[in-house]
Amino acid sequence: MKKSICLYFQVHQPARLRLYRFFDIGKDSHYYDDFANRTILRRIARKCYLPMNAQLLEQIRKGKGKFKVAFSISGSALEQFERYAPEVIASFRDLARTGCVEFLCETYFHSLASLGSQPEFEHQVTKHKVAIERLFGVTPTAFRNTELIYSDAIGAKVYEMGFDTMLTEGARHIMGWKSPDYVYTNAVQPGLKLLLRNYNLSDDIAFRFSDRGWSDWPLTTEKYLTWLKQSADKGDIINLFMDYETFGEHQDASSGIFEFMKALPDIVAKDKTFEFVTPSEATRKHAPVASLEVSDPISWADEERDLTAWLGNDLQQDAFNKVYGLTEKLAIAGDPILWEDFGHLQESDHFYYMCTKFFSDGEVHKYFNPYDTPYEAFINYMNVLSDFMARLDDAVAARDIKDTVVKETSAPRPVRKAASGKKPVAKKK
Amino acid sequence: MRVLMFGWEFPPHIAGGLGTACYGIVKGLAYNGVETIFVMPSASGDEDQSVAYIINASDVAVESVSTDVDEFLDKVRFVHIGTNMVPYLDPEEFSEMVENERRRQLKDLSVSYGQKYKFSGKYGANLMEEVARYAMVGGTIAMQHADEFDVIHAHDWLTYYAGIAAKELSGKPLVVHVHATSFDRGSADHIDTRVFEIERRGMEAADKVVAVSDLTRNIVINKYGISPDKVVTVHNAVDFSGRGEMTVEKGVKEKVVTFLGRITFQKGPEYFIEAAAKVLKRTRNVRFVMAGSGDMMNRSIRHVARLGISDRFHFTGFLQGADVHKMFALSDVYIMPSVSEPFGISPLEAMRTNVPSIISRQSGAAEVLSYAFKVDFWDVDAMADDIYALLNYPALASFAAKAGYDEVNTLKWNNATAKLKKVYESVFK
Repeated sequence: MKKSICLYFQVHQPARLRLYRFFDIGKDSHYYDDFANRTILRRIARKCYLPMNAQLLEQIRKGKGKFKVAFSISGSALEQFERYAPEVIASFRDLARTGCVEFLCETYFHSLASLGSQPEFEHQVTKHKVAIERLFGVTPTAFRNTELIYSDAIGAKVYEMGFDTMLTEGARHIMGWKSPDYVYTNAVQPGLKLLLRNYNLSDDIAFRFSDRGWSDWPLTTEKYLTWLKQSADKGDIINLFMDYETFGEHQDASSGIFEFMKALPDIVAKDKTFEFVTPSEATRKHAPVASLEVSDPISWADEERDLTAWLGNDLQQDAFNKVYGLTEKLAIAGDPILWEDFGHLQESDHFYYMCTKFFSDGEVHKYFNPYDTPYEAFINYMNVLSDFMARLDDAVAARDIKDTVVKETSAPRPVRKAASGKKPVAKKK
Repeated sequence: MRVLMFGWEFPPHIAGGLGTACYGIVKGLAYNGVETIFVMPSASGDEDQSVAYIINASDVAVESVSTDVDEFLDKVRFVHIGTNMVPYLDPEEFSEMVENERRRQLKDLSVSYGQKYKFSGKYGANLMEEVARYAMVGGTIAMQHADEFDVIHAHDWLTYYAGIAAKELSGKPLVVHVHATSFDRGSADHIDTRVFEIERRGMEAADKVVAVSDLTRNIVINKYGISPDKVVTVHNAVDFSGRGEMTVEKGVKEKVVTFLGRITFQKGPEYFIEAAAKVLKRTRNVRFVMAGSGDMMNRSIRHVARLGISDRFHFTGFLQGADVHKMFALSDVYIMPSVSEPFGISPLEAMRTNVPSIISRQSGAAEVLSYAFKVDFWDVDAMADDIYALLNYPALASFAAKAGYDEVNTLKWNNATAKLKKVYESVFK
């Protein structure tokens, strides 16, 4: 049996917030920087999504079913594509039609809901599944959580929601002597198979590729293939998980990243050690070797591979507690417009901007951050959230009045149950 | 009575409260029949010339009018930039160093002789140099206008050297006006010794020292060792002329409690935060706003997040112009919890806008405001009590607003400057 290479690309764009001042609270409830969101999205579409999708499509056709990749596209990104660059959706649809591309499921808003609220987590997963079915005509069976956040408990929950494959980080402090190049299972639910990111080989492409200070620069496909083979010597599968924006955005086209990715499938095919698989194929093909115990959540971020990029300081924790403290009221209010804003305010990016770990992983953080300081990010977010909370309170009050009136006029009508956590998935506009 | 006055700034271009106070003083003096020549380092030409004859020091070349060059230089030579702390010198080395220093200074002064100097008039990195140059120009102006004034009046340490030089070269009496001391700017054991030295020299050279409050007068006497009979308190006033009533539509439904000023140790921001947390335990119908910026801002934001109150505690960043008035107009309670405040004009502004104010006993304003609520800056319980009472007992709030409004309208510069005129008369023989 051939060894496997599993390529998975993450696509996400947050709904960046506009400068929202204290004076705006209660007066203006449009929170988003539409200009920045549109400009950034269109730029990345031009530099990355469109050319890379076209290249992948060509390679898949050329490979006649041998070359395969997987994507996870957040709902926030899908919304922006539909609004600002529908041609990107069309090109993903073309990829979907080849049958060689798997679409993974994640939280619709690329959120930390798996840590904040179980009902909200379930809701966002369902919402994302529905969106993928609608846009690409496929039902996802493999799951990746925001930023590959994973723990035994989260894995068990994901299995309950009907997924049998989940992707996460091959974090050094979890793996110990174990290799990420095998399939593992969840410690609680052996039915859930885990694919672990090989961070060395993934980051060779995602982070180091164009770094001229790197001793292995320039990276050629020949050199890379020998590394893949070395790693897989004691293993079944190499999982290369990375941001899709690696191609053309984080690594500029002039670095040769497109050519590298173009040559890779050919050289792998010629060598015959590996074949490409999608995540769901991988867990059907390879038997799990052991179960993996992860009691505290891990992620793919920073050196620590934990949650400190989003929940590492007092600012982040306060903002996080505040936003997830609202789920009950939202269930009572039951207003789809509020649900939309609530979702966007949960995007993990907002918490990432408040990170004060600037000094060790500063370069990466700064690159992704529209704010000069974490403090500004926090102030702006809390101002927006304050306005949102005021709207929510109004909606709850209005609902109370309506319920009272309804109860009095038509007695047998069932009273709306507070905080049931169940709500209809909002229809896309 | 005619006065030669040295200031640092004058409306409309002001960075601190000093310019506003100078304007009020000059206007009040005019009302009391005192003519003023107002010297400032960098005038823009759009200053109000109807109340004083304004001299722009940047337009004046350093030169001697009635004395010879050597005498002039000798008289302004006391001005030197910075202090030299050179330990472990034997007496011979020391006298050599002093002699070198004297020669260097004379050379410096000779170079600037006959030259104009373009002052920034700001509070930048070369402040000490500007202060020294200002003295030389000040001496020149005093000689040029020797027949046009009876008294010299210098505002705060930035102008003291100019005042001393003017006194040396004209023989006219000097009044220095203490708006703030080094002890209000730093903490007790961390004062800028160079500034302290200039302040002490100015006060010693002066015939009378004017302090803006009894609090400041005590500092002048106790920390600078100035004889009590030489130090007079003239409380600040506030000029509301030309101020339209502002109607602002409030966005938030809750009551607003505001702190407005630099977020520095002296202003006591952390006591405000602690009091806010206490109030929020009792009532949710309130928002707290910290308007301004400063070196304690980030620490304050973390403090707020740690207490978990950031959905009710907002930061606006630095405000100026109309935004300041808007902030007052939006407020229901104003608070100034200063650890050390020579006077503190902001509660007067608040009360003038019908906002009841809570101020620390450690402020000069507390000496003149009967209808402000007074607490010790460290007494956060008392602060929280007063805030709660003003928010929840409408009778109290409306009484405090009404009485406060009437009270601040009696604090006129016309009255304060009448006292100042008496000070001039006491030194003018």
